[in-house]
Amino acid sequence: MSQIKIVNLQKSFGDFTAVKNSNLKINDKEFFVLLGPSGCGKTTTLRMIAGLELPTSGEIYLGDEEVGMLRASERDIAFVFQLFALYPHMNVKNNLSFPLKMQGYTRDEIKTRVEEAAKLLRIDHILNSNISSLSGGDRQRVALGRALVRRPKAFLMDEPLGTLDAEFRELMCLELKKLHLDIGATTVYVTHDQLEAMSLADRIAVMDGGEILQADEPAVIYNKPTTKFVASFIGSPGMNFINIDQGISNEQSTLNIEGTNFTIPKQHEVSKGKKNSFGIRPENLSLTNEGGLKGSVFGVEYLGSRKIVTVKTNVGEIKVKTDISTNIKLKENIQVKPSNNNIIIFDGETDKSLKSEFIN
Amino acid sequence: MDTSRSYLEPSSFSKKLAATIIIVYAVVTLIPISWMVMTSFKNVNSAISYPPEVFFEPSLEGYVNLFTNRSRQSKEYLDSLPPPDNWYEELVRSREMVITGPSKFLGRYSNSMIIGFGSTFASVFLGALAAYAFSRFKVPLKDDLLFFILSTRMFPPIAVAVPIFIMYRKLGLGDTHLGMIILYTVVNLSLAVWLLKGFMDEIPREYEEAAMIDGYSRLQAFFKVVLPQAMTGIAATAIFCMIFSWNEYAFAVLLTQFNAQTAPPFIPTIIGEGGLDWPAIGAGTTLFLLPVMIFTIILRKHLLRGITFGAVRK
Repeated sequence: MSQIKIVNLQKSFGDFTAVKNSNLKINDKEFFVLLGPSGCGKTTTLRMIAGLELPTSGEIYLGDEEVGMLRASERDIAFVFQLFALYPHMNVKNNLSFPLKMQGYTRDEIKTRVEEAAKLLRIDHILNSNISSLSGGDRQRVALGRALVRRPKAFLMDEPLGTLDAEFRELMCLELKKLHLDIGATTVYVTHDQLEAMSLADRIAVMDGGEILQADEPAVIYNKPTTKFVASFIGSPGMNFINIDQGISNEQSTLNIEGTNFTIPKQHEVSKGKKNSFGIRPENLSLTNEGGLKGSVFGVEYLGSRKIVTVKTNVGEIKVKTDISTNIKLKENIQVKPSNNNIIIFDGETDKSLKSEFIN
Repeated sequence: MDTSRSYLEPSSFSKKLAATIIIVYAVVTLIPISWMVMTSFKNVNSAISYPPEVFFEPSLEGYVNLFTNRSRQSKEYLDSLPPPDNWYEELVRSREMVITGPSKFLGRYSNSMIIGFGSTFASVFLGALAAYAFSRFKVPLKDDLLFFILSTRMFPPIAVAVPIFIMYRKLGLGDTHLGMIILYTVVNLSLAVWLLKGFMDEIPREYEEAAMIDGYSRLQAFFKVVLPQAMTGIAATAIFCMIFSWNEYAFAVLLTQFNAQTAPPFIPTIIGEGGLDWPAIGAGTTLFLLPVMIFTIILRKHLLRGITFGAVRK
């Protein structure tokens, strides 16, 4: 196992730049998730680490070795594809032993390793089955097994749970996490599903438009997003943004919106532009009868344990996550105010969060 | 209302109608072939008798005549000979002839085999490599090249017969197996590239990418992972190539005489003494039909899947 480092990595397809000048360091034994909407460059980044695409410029280190221009077959990494890419003309056992055959292991060694991996993934009872007869979950396990048998330097996974149904995905998520704990392999995992990312990752890198916007632990990404995009992409529903049409001065700790003064974390950065916005997560807001932003209830969604209330105010729609017991009717007049100080001001020019007491 | 039947399923009437049409069509197309096979088992007289005999005493005379050269002898000479060693000698002598040696048919037939299978293999092999390259790589002027390859097929091959004849004579390829294999491969290659490209396009790249990550080179991945999955396409393409090279007549007449002559130009030359030897011609065409038929039956399963391949996206 080893760490992975990418330095100033760039990839262009003709005029289109898929990955822009990216830098990342993935630690040994870490479960690292590349998260972003489709077309953000996460899969391209992964494919460059795998050697399926060659970078336009930049370096990729696997351990201490620079592998950027090496062929995939020379890199000693394993890749789990979204559609599994199990060889349909071979049975499960041959799929698992296929990578080992190339590396010149003896028949006994191959047998031992295949059985070991099969046992770990609980597919030892289907070793002689055909791929076409397997369920989605078993195919997934075989694909993981094929990656596992080689004991490579790193595992790369491209939305491996994407084709499974929701219920099964959750189960496989847990299994993947457990597997990672058992074998402690450096893993880079690509997904567009933030829940998957949150539940699996040691660290997440959020990408958009070919750039890595933020790479950190899930809790930090969620609570202290450094850009407006990260804030809106993570969380369900995403963060509320209120345009405040005013500059932010250093040490500022209150903000007047629609005639009401709100306490904000003490700001450590100045923004003279007028297009700034005020960001707050739905669970950090509460409904009140006074001292908040006035509005009327526009929609109520039941999520089982919680309710999402959408309030239409003069500054736009605001989503509030409330307790299930909150009794609220549509079109009811209500006010919304922050219930704590987890508030981020985003600079209108750069879309970056401004440094404050809360975020630095 | 009868609800036991799906609306998508044809009614029993239309099923019967379809079956009837197919049977009639099959009979119409099979009559000449069965007549040909029957003729091959008739003797010279019953083959040309009028009205035609549908029921007749089967004879292997046609096959004996096909495989042997014979000469007519006087009754006295025949009587002076020792008794015949085997049934075909006896059959020939009853027609007042003796066998003078084997005919050229076996040689022509094996020429057809060598050239047919050789060019089929070459077309499919080269076609698969080219199709893979067109399917996977950025080839400069890809579309133009593909059209160029197809355009070679638009030209009637016989239009270039004279240049090829002269070229082959200069190159020493005339009347050689290699020359014929090359010629048929060239003609078949455009079809092979186009057909196989369609099949290759349908095979997800992930398979060979997975193999490359598993430590295989691209060429190894092609042979171990892509080709086995393109089997249906390869089978379909092989049948088309085989049928063409097996049946090709014009170039075979023009370019081959002794050494590499194939069966199609040879069969019409089977002329018996005193008129056409229909049973022998029937026997020759029947035997000529067999390899393509067997080849197609062997690959039939693949062929059927091959033709409908890609019709529905998985």
